[in-house]
Amino acid sequence: MAQLVFGYFAGVIAVTAMLVVALKNPVYSVLSLLIMFFHVAGLYVTLHAEFLAAVQLIVYAGAILVLYLFVVMLLNAKQDDRYHRQWRAAGFVCVPLLLELLVLFAGGKMESSPPFPADQAGPGVDNAKAIGMTLFSTYLFPFEVASLILLVAMVGAIVLAKRDTGGGGHDAHKDNRLSP
Amino acid sequence: MTIPITYYLLLSAVVFLTGVIGVLIRRNIIAILLSVELMLNATNINFVAFSRHLEDLGGQVFVFFALTVAAAEVAVGLAIIIALHRSKESINLEDFKLLKW
Repeated sequence: MAQLVFGYFAGVIAVTAMLVVALKNPVYSVLSLLIMFFHVAGLYVTLHAEFLAAVQLIVYAGAILVLYLFVVMLLNAKQDDRYHRQWRAAGFVCVPLLLELLVLFAGGKMESSPPFPADQAGPGVDNAKAIGMTLFSTYLFPFEVASLILLVAMVGAIVLAKRDTGGGGHDAHKDNRLSP
Repeated sequence: MTIPITYYLLLSAVVFLTGVIGVLIRRNIIAILLSVELMLNATNINFVAFSRHLEDLGGQVFVFFALTVAAAEVAVGLAIIIALHRSKESINLEDFKLLKW
């Protein structure tokens, strides 16, 4: 049963990841990535990381992908996006990596790799509570630094995307250019 | 019957390689950022699988931080794309060769 569930999630994740790269229309790519995020959240649930599954859905699927869709539709992305001539470079990078991976996994002890420890964590143990305790005791300083990173990113995004306010007369012109 | 961690590593490697290929062969900047998201998610799957394997919550906390940094990266990256589109009227990567020699 567990293997069936893992096979479903892994299959959907792999197929939608390839669709993200293969589809030409950016809107379809973003929607395919959305399906992938949902299934990654399901995989987290099977790994007993319920808090991360919720965060994955809220932050990734809720916030980040909406931002992507917003920009894709704002910029009116063309569909005639063909692939790069760099596919040879991609082959040189990825085929050796893939072969290396296969050799590693074939040579490794696939069967004797120990399975996960049995579920001694019953339904009483709260994943979110445990993460909160760890986050606010051991990782308190990185947590504060993360808030600083978010602040810097927020200010940086506003400054980068802000329209130049050099001359008042240019604003109307740039408004026209921005709208598709 | 539980799943051995090798399967999770294999899945993560496949998703990561797909992201690398996407970064290298796509010409649309937004598609390249989406491929970067694929790679980040592959590493997150690795982190969570090892966190379960080693019974250590540190892996899940690291995924939390990776999510934070990914959100910051997306905000700044999309702002850069909007600025580029405003100056060049294009989001095709081959139109941006100012730094090429």
